[in-house]
Amino acid sequence: MYYDLVVVGGGPAGLAAAEEAKKNGAGSVLIIERDKELGGILNQCIHSGFGLHVFKEQLSGPEYAQRFIDRLDGTGIEVMTDTMVLAITPQKEVYAINEEKGYMKIDAGAIVLAMGCRERTRGAIAIPGERPSGIFTAGTAQRYINMEGYMVGKKVLILGSGDIGLIMARRMTLEGAEVKAVVELMPYSNGLKRNIAQCLDDYGIPLYLSHTVTDIIGENGRLSKVIVSKVNGYDPIPGTEIEFDVDTLLLSVGLVPENELTRNAGIEIDKRTNGAVVDENNMTSVEGIFSCGNVLHVHDLVDFVTHESERAGKAAAEYLKAKAEHREESAEKPINLINGEFIGYTVPQKVTVSKVDKFIEVLFRVRAVLNNVNVVVKAGDTVLMSKAHEQMLPAEMEKLIIPKKMLEMANGKDITIGIEKIEKEGE
Amino acid sequence: MLKTITCIRCPKGCLVTLDTDNPEGTIKGFSCPNGREYAINELTHPMRTISSTVEIRGGIHPRIPVKTNGDIPKEKIFEVMEEINKISVTSPVKCGDVLLHDVLGTGIDIVACRDM
Amino acid sequence: MVYDVAIIGAGIIGCGVARELSRFDCKTVLIDRENDVAMGTTRANSAIIHAGYDPEPGTLMAKYNVPGNKMAEEICRELDVPFRRCGSFVLAFDENDMKTVRHLYENGVANGVPDMKILSGDEVRAMEPNVSPECVGALYAPSAGIVNPWEMALAMAEQAVENGVDLKLCYDVTGISKKDGNFVISGKGKEDIEAKFVVNAAGVYSDDVAHMVGDNSFSIDASRGQYYLLDKSQGKLFDHVMFQCPGPLGKGILVAPTVHGNLIVGPDANPGSDKENVKTDRDGLNHVVAASKRTTGAINFRENIRNFAGLRSQPSTGDFIMGFSEADGHFMNVAGIKSPGLSAAPAIALDVAKMLIEAGVPGAPREDYKAPRKHIRFKELSDEQKAAAIKTCPAYGRVICRCETITEGEIVDALHGVIVPRTLDGIKRRCNAGMGRCQGGFCGPKVLEIIARELNMNPVDVLLDKEGSYILTGKTAKGECR
Repeated sequence: MYYDLVVVGGGPAGLAAAEEAKKNGAGSVLIIERDKELGGILNQCIHSGFGLHVFKEQLSGPEYAQRFIDRLDGTGIEVMTDTMVLAITPQKEVYAINEEKGYMKIDAGAIVLAMGCRERTRGAIAIPGERPSGIFTAGTAQRYINMEGYMVGKKVLILGSGDIGLIMARRMTLEGAEVKAVVELMPYSNGLKRNIAQCLDDYGIPLYLSHTVTDIIGENGRLSKVIVSKVNGYDPIPGTEIEFDVDTLLLSVGLVPENELTRNAGIEIDKRTNGAVVDENNMTSVEGIFSCGNVLHVHDLVDFVTHESERAGKAAAEYLKAKAEHREESAEKPINLINGEFIGYTVPQKVTVSKVDKFIEVLFRVRAVLNNVNVVVKAGDTVLMSKAHEQMLPAEMEKLIIPKKMLEMANGKDITIGIEKIEKEGE
Repeated sequence: MLKTITCIRCPKGCLVTLDTDNPEGTIKGFSCPNGREYAINELTHPMRTISSTVEIRGGIHPRIPVKTNGDIPKEKIFEVMEEINKISVTSPVKCGDVLLHDVLGTGIDIVACRDM
Repeated sequence: MVYDVAIIGAGIIGCGVARELSRFDCKTVLIDRENDVAMGTTRANSAIIHAGYDPEPGTLMAKYNVPGNKMAEEICRELDVPFRRCGSFVLAFDENDMKTVRHLYENGVANGVPDMKILSGDEVRAMEPNVSPECVGALYAPSAGIVNPWEMALAMAEQAVENGVDLKLCYDVTGISKKDGNFVISGKGKEDIEAKFVVNAAGVYSDDVAHMVGDNSFSIDASRGQYYLLDKSQGKLFDHVMFQCPGPLGKGILVAPTVHGNLIVGPDANPGSDKENVKTDRDGLNHVVAASKRTTGAINFRENIRNFAGLRSQPSTGDFIMGFSEADGHFMNVAGIKSPGLSAAPAIALDVAKMLIEAGVPGAPREDYKAPRKHIRFKELSDEQKAAAIKTCPAYGRVICRCETITEGEIVDALHGVIVPRTLDGIKRRCNAGMGRCQGGFCGPKVLEIIARELNMNPVDVLLDKEGSYILTGKTAKGECR
């Protein structure tokens, strides 16, 4: 079996990449999806708030997915659902299984990795206590409620104020559960401000900042109490315990790109993003294998996933075209984008300057809440550009456009992106 | 009285402040006309959209996602949920199909959010 | 009916004894208070088959450890249970530790442990590069191994049941009396069970069970030990089991690979624990992390996937308690099975069966003794075998647990096995679905659906683990509720 392009994952990233690759001339395109239908995690995100950038309107997750699924019609893009990729190799062989076709080896001209991410669990943050039932990651609870049609509890506490936690607080309230509180370790919420307003404030659900879960108590096998303590930094402060009588604890404590296939293929991984190291075209360290969406780095908005994945899909098509025309690969060494002070990560991590068309788009996150700062791009000691920000939050992904002429000014040197405080007069 | 309202119209979440005695005259903090409109409405008649699911027979899943196709009064959220919970449909349903007209006389419909 | 033998407790000992007895023409019943076998100490321990240098010569622990270690490999092969003879180190960090190492070496020689060596720090690091530079030497014992203890107990119980042993789960023994020379065992809300012999393999509760026949000769203290179980990304840090020198409370914090490719770190020791208390606590977990740093600084604890705690039996006698009770000559204690209990279990089980037969339990070999069933572990198959498996049964072509690559076929197999699980954790113990890095976040709802479908259950009644551990509270939209 051969396809010019195999897209691993049929969520928003895979759908956008496949469509854009096809539009840009990719021949045979196959999307492999492990679930029984396309759409990925959007299918369970029934709340509104998607699509403002891409469609200029507020859509629910399933509607957003539906638009991309509908657009596959007539494109000739093939889809295999209920199909699991077991391995990919640097030679771009894809090993996959499903019930109907059995064990498959698929050779690919190019591969787009779009497997998405998974939720961090209780273990990842080592919450002590008993291990009764009633403890769910927020996304698992969301699946039970929105797709299977089953409730997971009556009295609920939520740890983590990321958007999924906030959305689930409202969802469970609408379904008749009593959400007692949302608890957040950090002194600020990791969710969008509007979700605090419309998911918590609207329903009178308190948000405890700088608090965490310090004990879990069960009764007859099911969760019965959660103990929450105030923290100093990350350390619980003795004597500040609050007891919540709840049968359910939802964890919204972060997402991790799911890169086991990537790692096993020998593709270089960035420890900061937990995703592949990519260049300005989303190509990984293995030629012809691209990565986009939440498997590359965790995004805040699906619209940005779509945008990034379209770029990856287009680049995959260009790669296939270049290969078909036996075009010589340029021997130019890519430069690195180095993380300066307060920068958590950047994507891409590498740039081949001569291949850049007009500009590159750098996505990044800061590591702390920052007020009145400049984002400064430097090559050695030379400042290439600088942009002022009133406030920057770790929870919000930032975008920086670097024009090609700035990159050329670096003269082949690595570029550092950093944050500098703006000194104000009188301060 | 000075009030701060978080605009929910887009992910930006502008903090709009205004004086309840003279909202039009004192409003600030919005970055677009939507934010201005939202904050002023919020003082007098707050509106929301809601999403949920309804039972579907013969679908790939037992529930199909639905939403209000426009704003409903905030105080009617739970009543509208009751109405949504009464809906039951049979596959096939198309994305955008109206499953309940004019819920509770609000002029707003409950629509399907996907094909199933 | 009157059983020849009633075994109270379906842990590694009870299951092992049941399996040995199932070879013979006697009628045996295996009783446990939980809804599955291997729910106590057996499912929450270090999963090590010790070489046998720890116990002082002359103890029962010394007597059974080395033979048990030898038997474990063969039994695991027969039962199709993962086992790896990976070898172990006891690391020394100063001259005092080296004294302990030399003492353990002498114990090992006396106990018959094969091929031990005392190595220098550099020799250790040549074999295990991630060992701390502080390590000055170690005892190396190549015969130590790692195993999956729950699978081992389960497979033993399954073979026993296949060969006629009755298994009674959710049977909480509340009293034992005598009638016409036989024991009458009563359980909460259950029918009485009559038996000629009783084997007390009740783990941390074996003193309570002994009291039921008036045997007050020993008591059991529960010592709680807490663990980290880390992602497979950490599983390759060590090839061998890495111990520190033992202290009065146990063998210290170990770092070891597991048969599934994860890394296990622990346990601490909390004597005097409540016998129902298997919780973890912040101080204990912090201690485990801190103490492991002595062995190695290489572990990334952010890659933790699960913490758990187990209870170890600490007998008042300081040694295994084995034999017929002075209170009743037909009541046999197999109690206080502390470390190296898992390693000793196969040899203990063999001896217990022998002692029972010598005491009058029918001992004619069963003619139709059945070999255990083989399992399909899809991800371990070759490409050709995978293709063939899906062709025979398409359900092997549908991956349910993506982290561990477990197929629907394997889950369905488990649900139609000899001992039917009714819980998500029961499935996890049998075929590993849900034991990976997402901890069942993705596959939990799917496994629940498969359990409900295959066992014709209402999804709301499917449990996570022990009785009462319900997952769902009812349908959405204010539908039916539990």
